[in-house]
Amino acid sequence: MNIVPEITRKSITDLINNQERADGRSLNDYREISLETDVISKAEGSARVKIGNTQIVVGTKSQLGDPFPDTPKVGVIITNSELLPMAAPEFESGPPDEHSVELSRVVDRCIRESRMVDLEKLCIIEGKKVRMVFIDLHILDYDGNLFDAAVLGAVAALLTTKIPKITLEGSEIVIDAENKESLPIRDKALMCTFAKIGDNMILDPSIDEEEILSARLSIGMTESGKICAMQKGGATPLTKEEIMSAVKLTEEKTKVLMEYLP
Amino acid sequence: MIIILTEGTNLGTKSRDDGRAFDELRPLTIEAGVLERADGSAYLEFGGNKVLVAVYGPKESFIRRFQRPDRAYIRCRYNMAPFSVDDRKRPGPDRRSVEISKITAEALQPAILLEKYPRSVIEIFIEVLEAEGGTRCAGITAASVALADAGIPMRDMVVACASGKVNDEVVLDLSEVEDKDGQADVPVAIMPRSGKITLLQSDGSLTPEEFEKAVDLAVEGCQSISKVQKEALKNRYGE
Amino acid sequence: MILVKDKDLVVPGEILAEEESHAGRGTFKEENKICSSVVGLVSIRNNKISVIPLQSKYIPKRGDVVIGEINDIRFSMWGLDINSPYSGLLPASEVFGKEKRELERVFDVGDVLFLRVIDVDEVKKVKLGLKGRGLGKFKGGILVYITPTKVPRLIGKKGSMINMIKDKTRCDIVVGQNGVVWVKGKPDMERIAEKLIKMIEEQAHTSGLTDRVRDLLAELTGEEIVSHSNDKETESETIPSDDSKDQETESDVEEDSQNDEKDQLETDEDQDTQQSENDDDAEEVVADEKTDATEDADKPDKESDSKEEKKFSPHKIIGSKFNFNLKR
Repeated sequence: MNIVPEITRKSITDLINNQERADGRSLNDYREISLETDVISKAEGSARVKIGNTQIVVGTKSQLGDPFPDTPKVGVIITNSELLPMAAPEFESGPPDEHSVELSRVVDRCIRESRMVDLEKLCIIEGKKVRMVFIDLHILDYDGNLFDAAVLGAVAALLTTKIPKITLEGSEIVIDAENKESLPIRDKALMCTFAKIGDNMILDPSIDEEEILSARLSIGMTESGKICAMQKGGATPLTKEEIMSAVKLTEEKTKVLMEYLP
Repeated sequence: MIIILTEGTNLGTKSRDDGRAFDELRPLTIEAGVLERADGSAYLEFGGNKVLVAVYGPKESFIRRFQRPDRAYIRCRYNMAPFSVDDRKRPGPDRRSVEISKITAEALQPAILLEKYPRSVIEIFIEVLEAEGGTRCAGITAASVALADAGIPMRDMVVACASGKVNDEVVLDLSEVEDKDGQADVPVAIMPRSGKITLLQSDGSLTPEEFEKAVDLAVEGCQSISKVQKEALKNRYGE
Repeated sequence: MILVKDKDLVVPGEILAEEESHAGRGTFKEENKICSSVVGLVSIRNNKISVIPLQSKYIPKRGDVVIGEINDIRFSMWGLDINSPYSGLLPASEVFGKEKRELERVFDVGDVLFLRVIDVDEVKKVKLGLKGRGLGKFKGGILVYITPTKVPRLIGKKGSMINMIKDKTRCDIVVGQNGVVWVKGKPDMERIAEKLIKMIEEQAHTSGLTDRVRDLLAELTGEEIVSHSNDKETESETIPSDDSKDQETESDVEEDSQNDEKDQLETDEDQDTQQSENDDDAEEVVADEKTDATEDADKPDKESDSKEEKKFSPHKIIGSKFNFNLKR
């Protein structure tokens, strides 16, 4: 329960109504972004992403597992996130809460529905053994807009993931940990998040802005310009015009974000 | 049905797999004040270990049964990232991390002037981002820097380092391989000014003579690490 | 024997002196040795060694003035976040006297108030009051949060620092001893003032800060940069000659800011009456301030060592944020 002082709420809203923001950005600017990959040698793929002071480390690991009965021919990607209590005073230790689950699921949806990874190629023996790729999002510092940072970090980690080669010799599965290969990547997708404050939609809300937003809209878009995921948050409705102008801006901004990818 | 081909990690014939002398530490760097939201923080790399620590507090305690009328209490959480080890670790606490959290809090507590902040809580969050042997010691060393960075008054810093027995020799600062294949592991934490020991564990088989040698070696290691801690704090504000 | 120099940067556990000295705040005695308990700057005054912490939480003290945010309304009191390990209580009787009123009609959750700490009891219950000049609810403006130990630095000798910012940005500024600062002016000027307050916080332990603040102010407000030859004079004026004088100036500062605030603070009608009733409290206010000033006198004061000792580089202190694989 973080109570935002009334005068803080008012000053941020007044600024935005005046097309300004407290940190000097325009309404459609991202904060400074940095992205490094291969930061954790024990992970098969990893990235550290920072948007402003929001900081996330993402690591991927693969293992063999059983396919879901309804999809016997495809591999599995599992996204998990931990809003670590280190990242903000309001985060508690314990099992993932609804914010953490929402974050994991939105990231997962963005990656899966973009068909970024060719999951069929992750199948080893149909109906019996497939590869499972875990994406673990470790939230270290929370300064607003986890969604865009998480997707950017997860995609960068997947692009740099090297998994052991697996071959079938008769009925035996041979996992060759010394010879690694990249994941079968087909496409890329990234996400842009908007916050509605006052009468405006602003891109990449900072923590102060996030605390007072009335509605949030996250849009995932592939490199080819297809919408692959969307999530509206907040209890205030949005108009269709607001949504469509956000989609339009996402087309432009995901292109800019793509340039950070390895 | 499943065959796994891996690179060999067995100990060679050399006394130490990475060619270090028996009393040599792995390369160590510490940086203080690295996180925005936390009151104090530190990042530490020690060999292949990457450890990040955040400190919050002293802050208001809402859990009445932990409150102390005359001092603050410490909440410590040691946690390993799922990707920090070879086989993915399931998220959340396990028995090992619960034990380490407890002994870490106890190792740090004697140094902290808890009586300055009655009824409050000091929270310490240790995140192991990558583990390569000796993470509990790395966590304590980094936590002490993060506590100082948060402005929490302390009698002394706390610094930790392990020694152990590998290939029948007592050596300082076991790597992951040495820890797994070695004969004993002795993590030690001290307050460097007095040399008093605030954490001690021993896992493995040692003669009393070997044990004494191991403790001496670990204390020596702690003393050199202590210099790096102090530099990290001074670098935060100076050159 | 004293083992450190004035303004040395020390860390917890570092031995500062052996015997013959008095242990001030930020230090403790152990076996005839005086040691530092915090990361901070050494201050040696008349054989008393203290360490001024570079980071710390606000611990409420009777008589302090603080800025608090209402986060709870209970039967007969408001609960306030005062940026401290201990939360504050404002009893309804402090506002209404004996009259019964609906609390939320006067102050609501999210309101920001300027208050005085009336009492801190043995279980750390912090009782707050609004009786006194300038105390009351803020309307408009922005809040800036700094480490409470940097408050004296932000105010400056005789209020020199804060007044410089007030003058140049034409903002009203109120500094709570709990490190919460209220700024009100034109929106762009509020942001400039915020930037400068943050800069002072980050560079509080460095020398020549007044010059850098003046330069940045001039740059941001688009005014001409005043030549530095003039500044030297002002600077030498600000060098404290002795401790007692120091304290007086500090209390002046507080009083000044209180007076300034009076007009700036818009209070509810209830308070207005409250205030006129309690105008004679003002004397007491000033007297109380002296105790604070004693503490404030050992703040990391700066200017005095201006040119020759350039120990700290002002540009590095902003947490470099860590690099992965530091050794690469």
